[in-house]
Amino acid sequence: MNFSKSFRNTFLVILLSLIVSACATKKTTTTVEGQMQGDVYTGTDTVKYLADGVPDRVFFATNESILTTKSRDTLRKQANWLRENSSINVVVEGHADERGTREYNLALGERRANAAKDYLITYGISADRISVISYGKERPVDSGSNPLSWSKNRRSVTVKAN
Amino acid sequence: MIRIINLFFIIFFLLSAKAYSLIEIDITRGNLDPLPIAVSPLFQDDNSKRNSINELKIENVGSEISLVVENNLKISGLFNPLSKEAFLQKPDIAHLKPRFEDWALIKAQALITGKVTIEDKKLKVEFRLWDILAGREMMALAFTTVPSNWRRVGHIISDKVYERLTGEKGYFDTRIIYVSEEGPKTARVKKLAIMDQDGFNTKYLTLGNELVLTPRFNPTSQMVTYLSYFKNLPRVYLLDIETGTQEVVGDFPGMTFAPRFSPDGKKIIMSFAKDGNSDIYTMDLENRIVERITNHPSIDTSPSYSPDNRFITFNSDRSGFQQIYVMKSDGSNVKRISFGKGLYGTPVWSPRGDLIAFTKLHKGKFYIGVMRTDGSGERLLTENYYQEAPSWSPNGRVLIFYRETKSNDKGEGFSAKLWSIDLTGYNERQVQTETDASDPSWSSLLSN
Repeated sequence: MNFSKSFRNTFLVILLSLIVSACATKKTTTTVEGQMQGDVYTGTDTVKYLADGVPDRVFFATNESILTTKSRDTLRKQANWLRENSSINVVVEGHADERGTREYNLALGERRANAAKDYLITYGISADRISVISYGKERPVDSGSNPLSWSKNRRSVTVKAN
Repeated sequence: MIRIINLFFIIFFLLSAKAYSLIEIDITRGNLDPLPIAVSPLFQDDNSKRNSINELKIENVGSEISLVVENNLKISGLFNPLSKEAFLQKPDIAHLKPRFEDWALIKAQALITGKVTIEDKKLKVEFRLWDILAGREMMALAFTTVPSNWRRVGHIISDKVYERLTGEKGYFDTRIIYVSEEGPKTARVKKLAIMDQDGFNTKYLTLGNELVLTPRFNPTSQMVTYLSYFKNLPRVYLLDIETGTQEVVGDFPGMTFAPRFSPDGKKIIMSFAKDGNSDIYTMDLENRIVERITNHPSIDTSPSYSPDNRFITFNSDRSGFQQIYVMKSDGSNVKRISFGKGLYGTPVWSPRGDLIAFTKLHKGKFYIGVMRTDGSGERLLTENYYQEAPSWSPNGRVLIFYRETKSNDKGEGFSAKLWSIDLTGYNERQVQTETDASDPSWSSLLSN
């Protein structure tokens, strides 16, 4: 049930990215060019680093909690860094954009934070070292009301807890 | 803290025998022709005026009360209060026996008169409602209370007049709890705030040190449940607004959110999120027993009981997208009821039982709407860039919700305000608040 759902969602994301990239090729250069794939943010404007080469955040498509290839790459870097720094614990914050109802977004933020947490666990990080918190749409990093701003806000951020 | 002052009220005269009345208002349809009503300033003699200044720093509390009434009747959209400039009869004389021809001349169909005295630190108010066309008294009541309660007296008079002329309970002697918002979007400071339904007497219940969201009234007492990020742990709290005492609801190893009281006030229903999955739980406020109501790998949130406590409506994405569901209150018989285009959220059961109000997102627009409890008869009341979270007036005739404006790329131009709209889809208006505001919840009638 869950598997087939996530499979379908992945398929949708791929399909959507194909459609959007197809559109993008028709258009001439826009400011969004190179900063979004599908509606997932791929830029680095807001990204901070836990350590040299270890980005602190990953981005999601609208209403989704599926990790993109790039997100998994980022999380593997975080896992490596956490393995090397075994005294450090982290909080994974889950966030949503402003285009959803508050309560659903709280649940969605929690789902996103756990998607990142689960991936870190898969790469050998003990669950005890990772706590999660959802802020829903309450803590945007970009205050604009446009698709690019929203894509920066749909994120999970790994923060040092100690 | 807010002290609820006991309000005594006595029926002064018996209601005049159910006289055949010429005026009545049909509130089931949009009212484009509001009833012309004259609200005469309540008469106050000189001695009482002196006491009024001493007690309240207000010279003429009688005319202040009449302004409260006038404003309430006007914002209901059902009445058209006439300009006092045109009144021919003095308040004291009109209160004894109106000259109906004079009031008919200015096209008034109903008239409110009254008299106020302040003596021995007591405020005594009597008022009468007159049917101008039939030339007779429709209602007469008197109240005695402490002088500081004068605005509530105005609200109670408004409720009595509304009830007499529409046949349904009013909603003026009520309060709104909401989240006050200040500061830029990326560092918003949020506080719990409470005010009278007409925007007066605002009080702040938290200091803004921690994020607070989604306060909701207990329909049977002065308790509020809300979400607080106290110590960075998002949990559902219970707050007694009379004493200021608060406590965490239950002992959950994770985020609890989206709380609401059951209509009998005995339980809190809410979501509990763990390991990426949100389900619905209840906690009995007497014996503290926690019950799990849904058990599904999807997001289940925004639960709301039917007024008879037998059913629950909630929001779930188990179909793949946010939709509205109804189940029995033990969690059995789950049925999806929203099938229109778009996403549906924040279902909330009408206090009358027949409708569910909701937020809908479709093609980048947000709607507040209502549907029957089986999902039929969907009716969208208002469309906007962003709006959500309707809350019913206690008589089920009006919805209050919040609306946000679009900001530019720098985040400028953003605002969050409270709005209300009639169930008919008419009479949409902004509800005044001191600061930006969101997440409104309407109380029950305070005086019943």
